Amino acid sequence: MAKKVVVIGGGIAGMESSAYLAEMGYDVTLLEKEDCLGGHLRNWERLFPTMRLGQEVLDFLKLGVDTKVNVIRNANITKVNRIEKRFQVELDRGASFNADALLITTGYDTFDATKKEEYGYGIYDNVITSAELEKMFMEGKNIITPTGKVPKKIGIIHCVGSRDEKVGNVYCSKVCCVTAVKQAIELKEKLPEVEIYCFYMDLRMYGMHFEALYKEAQEKHAINFIRGRLSEASENMDQTVMIKVEDTLAGKPLKLSVDLLVLMVGFVPSKGTKEIGKMMGLEFGTNGFYKTKDQHTMTNVSNIQGVFFAGSCTAPKTITNTITDARAAATTVASYLESYDLEIRTKAFFQ
Amino acid sequence: MNFAWFVLPFSLGLFLLFILVIFKISFWVRQLPLRDRLLLNRGIFSFKIFKVIKEVIMESLLHRRIFKINPVLGFMHMSFAFGWFMLILVGNMESRLYAGTELNLPYYAIFFKYFVHQPLTIPFAEGFTFIMDFFLVLVLSGLLIALSKRIYSRVVGMKRTTKLKPFDVFAMLSLWFIFPFRLLAESMAAGMYHTGGFLTQPLGNFFAGFLPLGPLSYAMWWAYSIALGVFFVSLPYSRYMHIPTEIVLIAFRHFGIRRTKEYDMFKDVEVFSCSRCGICIDKCQLNTMAQVNTIQSAYFIKSIRKKNQQEAVVQNCLVCGRCQEFCPVGIKTDDLRLSQRMIFENREIADFHYLPQDVPVKTDILYFAGCMTHLTPSIKKAMLNILNSSGISYRFMDEDGSICCGRPLMLSGNNKDALKLMQTNKDIIRSSEAHTLVTSCPICLRVFREDYNLNINVVHHTQFIESMIAEGKISLENSGAKISYHDPCELGRGLGIYDEPRNVLSQTGVLLKNSLERKSSLCCGGSIANNQNYNLNKDKISQQVVAHLSAKEPDMIATACPLCKKSLVKYADIRVADIAELVSEQMVSNKADASRAEKKFNVESVEA
Repeated sequence: MAKKVVVIGGGIAGMESSAYLAEMGYDVTLLEKEDCLGGHLRNWERLFPTMRLGQEVLDFLKLGVDTKVNVIRNANITKVNRIEKRFQVELDRGASFNADALLITTGYDTFDATKKEEYGYGIYDNVITSAELEKMFMEGKNIITPTGKVPKKIGIIHCVGSRDEKVGNVYCSKVCCVTAVKQAIELKEKLPEVEIYCFYMDLRMYGMHFEALYKEAQEKHAINFIRGRLSEASENMDQTVMIKVEDTLAGKPLKLSVDLLVLMVGFVPSKGTKEIGKMMGLEFGTNGFYKTKDQHTMTNVSNIQGVFFAGSCTAPKTITNTITDARAAATTVASYLESYDLEIRTKAFFQ
Repeated sequence: MNFAWFVLPFSLGLFLLFILVIFKISFWVRQLPLRDRLLLNRGIFSFKIFKVIKEVIMESLLHRRIFKINPVLGFMHMSFAFGWFMLILVGNMESRLYAGTELNLPYYAIFFKYFVHQPLTIPFAEGFTFIMDFFLVLVLSGLLIALSKRIYSRVVGMKRTTKLKPFDVFAMLSLWFIFPFRLLAESMAAGMYHTGGFLTQPLGNFFAGFLPLGPLSYAMWWAYSIALGVFFVSLPYSRYMHIPTEIVLIAFRHFGIRRTKEYDMFKDVEVFSCSRCGICIDKCQLNTMAQVNTIQSAYFIKSIRKKNQQEAVVQNCLVCGRCQEFCPVGIKTDDLRLSQRMIFENREIADFHYLPQDVPVKTDILYFAGCMTHLTPSIKKAMLNILNSSGISYRFMDEDGSICCGRPLMLSGNNKDALKLMQTNKDIIRSSEAHTLVTSCPICLRVFREDYNLNINVVHHTQFIESMIAEGKISLENSGAKISYHDPCELGRGLGIYDEPRNVLSQTGVLLKNSLERKSSLCCGGSIANNQNYNLNKDKISQQVVAHLSAKEPDMIATACPLCKKSLVKYADIRVADIAELVSEQMVSNKADASRAEKKFNVESVEA
């Protein structure tokens, strides 16, 4: 009989690793808390740096899980039991699933921008997050501000909830810089007359083609990039948003009124990541994401033997990185289940 | 004439102690400004001296305040101070009655049992013998607690006791040895001459059974005298200097000697009054929550006394006032801390010429949000909504951005630069002719009240809201939400504003009790007074405070300080709101407006 694997979380990482594990011959159950698969990818219209549709990637991932993976939607996990080397995952509606290995792919949530109160999110109407802007793109409607105006000036704030000790998140979320560039270009394509100002700490254009996109934003679309961190936002009488920021290259304080302020919210460990971790006794790192057994060599291995990680539940990742990580996790799980000789190296960590 | 050579260490020690203490006290008095010296002279010959004597008995001998904070620790301090004092007092009475003269040398009473070999012929002789043994038992019981405290401080309910340096240990041991030696010497004398009481006599009889008491008791008298002499000589250089100094401190307070912001003689007396009892150590959240254990007031004050202040220690303090609240000697530890910061920081560096000098329109009521409120715009928005709906006329003093109130600079020790900012604000406030200044930030409120000398009504928004409710300008609807309230340090311990926030909150929801509130409340960790504290430490504190406030599963945490709000929101899973926000939401008129707006919207959408 085939060995069983339960994958928790039906986002990119969960779908891709399930597909590989199922194809390898394991009996794979994929548990998803919502009623459809895809996770955050369902909310993103176009993807950096190619500007292709997110739906295309989603379709690709769906092909992988369509036939051989037992997908359980609306799955609310209440308990995970460990019986010797096996696991039993219980759901609230009474169902339970046995597993020889567990793969956790519970992912991230976007940072709650109300925690950065001085930026005015949830207080001033015309302050929105990058996720909300993407939703506007997704719905394909005209770009208007929440107070019903076609924006003439838009401010984009980088690193909201990332690299910020004041909110307790010291890490870089990796995707926001290039998302800002992508969304700025999209805005400019939809509203050629709009003026866009991006406020950044430094631009981390590390991915292949990211730098080219950034260059295009400046040269082709005349998007302004100003180095400086927003200090505070306030609302003018006409509901435009006044932002105070220091241009740290010019060394001058700056005040600017914008019709729309977009906050590039970073990654935080998802609610599910926190809950499953506490429920099972998984170790968390200093940033609140899962701690992997070794930062270089055991990136998919947890502190519990037989439990593995994939995707952004261990750190912020791009879609490309997540897919790569999911496949790596699949081979790590298989290596464990088949007791490959290589496993000696992993087992040493559990002694 | 009764004399033995062994009285010399005691007598010389006492003489030196007397000289050194007189010298130190006269130094303090000479350094006082003339006005304060006059106050001192007048005080000594006024009825105030009785108040001083009363407090000296209550605090220096009986240690009432320590009893209140920690009964076991109070008993320990009381047994040493009061027990020993009574031994000296009763011993002197006994010896003077016996000798029939007032003119004994000091050592005679101390070594009385050495000189007197027959049963006492004075009135109540048995009573005297009993009392002397009783107080010796009292002191020895205190010694036993002190010993256990050093071995395992939780015996007296302290997580930590003060860490001692070698000289402190030396002085402490000389004190500790006094009483066992006295017990042995007196017991052996009792064993030989049957002069003992309920403790010393049986013990003496026991020793007599197997020990050569003659030479041994003589050795014990020597040891007793040496322990006394060593203790007396080390007293002025050790923490035991607090014994005479606390009397001076109590007198200074009652006689109204002035305090300044600088390090003055009052503060010097406070420094020498610190017994390093260690109560401050457990009260310090940097110790209990962030494992920073070298900066607490007991150590900080010692560093001032040794003239060995380290900037990193001076600056690493939340200035939350928790230790000050519990200091049994009543030392103003926050003021002391700030006076030391001035040594490092008080220099004119900033140039504020760019500050606007425009005069606002005349108004009765000025609202000052402050920079932290500008960084928490939901508080600002709520306050403006409350003020606008109440129909009062006011002016928003820092609508276009605040000029700093000056307190952040003062908290870092830079009073000179602070004064320049304060003058600018003062000019604006004065020229507005306002009679009331309302602030949302307790940090600003404190400096406006304590250092601006405005002579107008300066209130926190919780106070102003309370009075608006009382006057019927706004009315609230209780949401029934369970609220856990966090007392901000500057508002609570700093200004004693505990009731108004609670009164207002109990009209917006159900206020939950909390085991650490009012003067015992915790600091949120976000204090701007600490520029040495890394975010990691602040976060450790904030996390634990949030856990404490969430313990009773409230629906939300309320506070009355924008800085507290920011620190708590970082780790709270439930809502954290300023009282102004809750008031704004629960205002009856506001609710009516909101529902009207909703209806109007519905109508339109139906039509559409």
